[in-house]
Amino acid sequence: MSDFDQTAQELNFDGPNSYVGRSVTRPNARRLTQGRGQYVDDIVLARMVHVAYVRSPHAHARIVSIDSKKAAKMPGVARIVTGAEIAMVVKPYVGVLTHLAGMRSPPQYPLAVEVARWQGEPVVAVVASSRAEAEDAAEAVEIAWEELPAALDAERALEPREPKIHKEFDSNLCFQRTIDTGGVDAAMQSAHLVVEDTLHFGRHTGVTMESRAIVADYNAAEHSLTVYHATQAPHMMQDIFSRHLNIPEANVRVICKDVGGSFGIKVHVYADEMATAALSVMLRRPVKFIADRLESFLTDIHAREHKATVRLACRKDGTIVGFDLDDLTAIGPYSVYPRTSGIEGNQVVNLVGGPYAHKAYRAKMNVVFTNKNVTCQYRAVGHPIAVALTEGIVDLAAGKLGMDPAEFRRKNLIADDAYPYSFPSGLKFEKLSHHQCLDKLLALMDYRGLRAEQAALRKKNIHRGIGLAAMIEVTNPSPAFYGVGGARISAQDGATVRLEPTGMVTCLVSVTEQGQGTEGVFAQVCADAVGVTIDKVRVMTGDTGVTPYGGGTWASRGAGIGGEAVLQAGKALRSNILDIAAAVLQIDRATLDVRANGVVDKGSGEEKLPLQEVGRIGYFRPDTLPMKFQSELTVTRHYTPREYGFTFTNGIQASYVEVDTDTGFVRLLRHWCVEDCGTVINPLLVDEQIRGGIVQGIGAAMLEECLYSAEGQLLNGSLADYLVPMTGDAPDIEIAHVVTPTKQSELGAKGVGEAGTAGAPGAVMNAINDALAPFDARVCVQPFTPERILKALGKI
Amino acid sequence: MNAAVETLEISLTVNGDRVKRSVPARLNLADFLRNELELTGTHVGCEHGVCGACTVRVDGEIVRGCLMFAVQADGCAVDTVEGLSDSREIEELQSAFVLYNALQCGFCTPGILIAAQALLRDQPNPSRERIREFLSGNYCRCTGYQAIVDAIEAVAKARQARSGR
Repeated sequence: MSDFDQTAQELNFDGPNSYVGRSVTRPNARRLTQGRGQYVDDIVLARMVHVAYVRSPHAHARIVSIDSKKAAKMPGVARIVTGAEIAMVVKPYVGVLTHLAGMRSPPQYPLAVEVARWQGEPVVAVVASSRAEAEDAAEAVEIAWEELPAALDAERALEPREPKIHKEFDSNLCFQRTIDTGGVDAAMQSAHLVVEDTLHFGRHTGVTMESRAIVADYNAAEHSLTVYHATQAPHMMQDIFSRHLNIPEANVRVICKDVGGSFGIKVHVYADEMATAALSVMLRRPVKFIADRLESFLTDIHAREHKATVRLACRKDGTIVGFDLDDLTAIGPYSVYPRTSGIEGNQVVNLVGGPYAHKAYRAKMNVVFTNKNVTCQYRAVGHPIAVALTEGIVDLAAGKLGMDPAEFRRKNLIADDAYPYSFPSGLKFEKLSHHQCLDKLLALMDYRGLRAEQAALRKKNIHRGIGLAAMIEVTNPSPAFYGVGGARISAQDGATVRLEPTGMVTCLVSVTEQGQGTEGVFAQVCADAVGVTIDKVRVMTGDTGVTPYGGGTWASRGAGIGGEAVLQAGKALRSNILDIAAAVLQIDRATLDVRANGVVDKGSGEEKLPLQEVGRIGYFRPDTLPMKFQSELTVTRHYTPREYGFTFTNGIQASYVEVDTDTGFVRLLRHWCVEDCGTVINPLLVDEQIRGGIVQGIGAAMLEECLYSAEGQLLNGSLADYLVPMTGDAPDIEIAHVVTPTKQSELGAKGVGEAGTAGAPGAVMNAINDALAPFDARVCVQPFTPERILKALGKI
Repeated sequence: MNAAVETLEISLTVNGDRVKRSVPARLNLADFLRNELELTGTHVGCEHGVCGACTVRVDGEIVRGCLMFAVQADGCAVDTVEGLSDSREIEELQSAFVLYNALQCGFCTPGILIAAQALLRDQPNPSRERIREFLSGNYCRCTGYQAIVDAIEAVAKARQARSGR
């Protein structure tokens, strides 16, 4: 046994039923270390064919003609399908939600019909016996195009002379939202100080290491469809395949085994994936589509692309009296189905100013169509924008007043005893801990010491900066997020817990595993709830044919919602086990408990009946139980958060950077995060969610941008050209927690998957601007590339 | 005749097994391992040598499976994550990765483990900076890298302690 054998450490706890709160290792991790996972591209089915797509080379162009005669004769080709043909099989879809009033988006088809509206839009499907042959033939498909003028600039998208992307609409406006509490103008006029800033956020994308992947297997005899899909929401996709391919829901099964990262990329309907499912129906055989990296950059949802102006008014003592926001975001030619592309802007409007106690808030937001790839919900949806806007303007105000940024925040953060609290945008906070988090962060990072070090180094011409970013985060969403808007996206999740005859426990959950450790934390919760050691628990997720119905993985909801369902199901199973034990032992049930794989005497802990005996009797010798007694060793429970629209978390991050003012290069020296996600089920996994999220946020702040030419051509569609953080780009990150469990659930867990990404760009931006302060320079365009920093310094 | 589908005979050793195949000249090593030999532990992330997910060992040296043609491996000894797992050569690293949760989705993990083993073979006691530098060709999008560095550092220290240095 090596030093790293986890089994001993896993099980050597000081007491039974104590897994929640412990850094337990993940049961599925060892399989993945041996390369013995099963991602979609690892699946091979009999008679399976592969599809490659001919994609639009233009941002906006009319299809004049398609000639696939030559391609059809190429080796291995099974079928070539155009948009018009596939539209006969797939019911079109529209990405709007009724609670986002006035939102509009035209019907979408899996392949472009008549007009292509972004570079990369799939136009023709080429199916062949191998992907290589499909690609060969795709190159031989001849499409005559008539290029159309393209609307590419978000700021000009609504101008009357700009090309209209959809002829059925009078402008390129998708959605508009305003909020006005009243009193903003008065607050601005009477304020001691009003500061204003405009920030630009580039487009970036998720870059999952496993690209989007689907194998669709239509069985004509059964009129059934089995889809192996790298997805975050199997039941949502089951519903969508059913309705849009006209196959009864019960005949559609979505199986999601190992998924190579998602981050919000794999929770949307993609034209090429819908087409792949339709092709399986048309060809009556399995069809595989694996996006290559160029296709990923061209068509995985992009995110952000905002230009936003924010104003903050405050009194002489620093008290914030109002926020005013004007946000513009460009989403590509369609609102993505079924979640829509309005949610990110909506979140920005909801969240700006979020940590602070002010009463006057006004926001205006325009969501516009452009001829670039679609944007939609990627990790931390809207939060990084809202946090950077809020925390940037807060620092600007503190600077103008000559106040320390930490003190300015302390003055304005909502008091820890002010909850429940209604925020001017309409959000309701159950219980947050901003002040505890701020205090803990300042101690963790030795804020005073760092300020002294910064001042000393400035004298040596070394320019370091400290940036803070307080944040609130939407987690555990109720049906208010999608369901009320008409989307068939479940806000509830379910867990089925079953005692097996051997005393093992099988736990089936509707939340999916994307690598975040879902199955690990459910094993912990289940083991505690039932009263078994964790090695007895087998968790299964990601199969609509097996698990209860549920929403899946998104919006930092898996642990908080799925975990509560597991807890309640586990407790119910424990209760049913005690019923059997009491019947077998002829003992008062109240004197019994389940601990460490056996029924024990509650007082002494003496084992009365091992669970394998309960299983044996329950399944094989029920004849020995009382006549009317029926054992129930399988239990299902569901959970939906209801009391609040969202279970908000809060936290604060800090970044410490050094800017080389000659080259514009920034070194990220340290990063800290104090987060309050309620009950911490597994510190190892929670901290790594935060770290991984922070590093994605660092990518957004420093490196990542989908660059388009003036003609709407993506310029950097490869991992060599689009930079994501590498090992050397990420600093070591210190994490600490404040624990304020939500009282809505017994488990008390809030979400944590997006907190890091939400806060990191704002913290890094503030740190860079703090370093640049002696030069009276500021950066305001993300990512903060060396070129942009040198421009801010007036050096280029 | 289509040059793309011209095939060549190759014979090589993969995870200790002799393998003979007729393969298209254009087939890369990663696709050969995955599709011909069904060794799906080698993952394809970018297909242009940047992400490191397809890292395998050829004649003892780590290479990008997507940047080498299968025909170039003719006569070579190839080791993949499956073979290195079964031979237990990387078991300690694997256990440390599990213990430190140095993987989330696991897609990059086989490549990172093979790269880490090569690092520790040549430099038994690397600093954290050296580990970060060496792994700069292996992308991980989930972990933020810190746990990966922690796990590799811990294995290096354990091996150092065992060897009495």
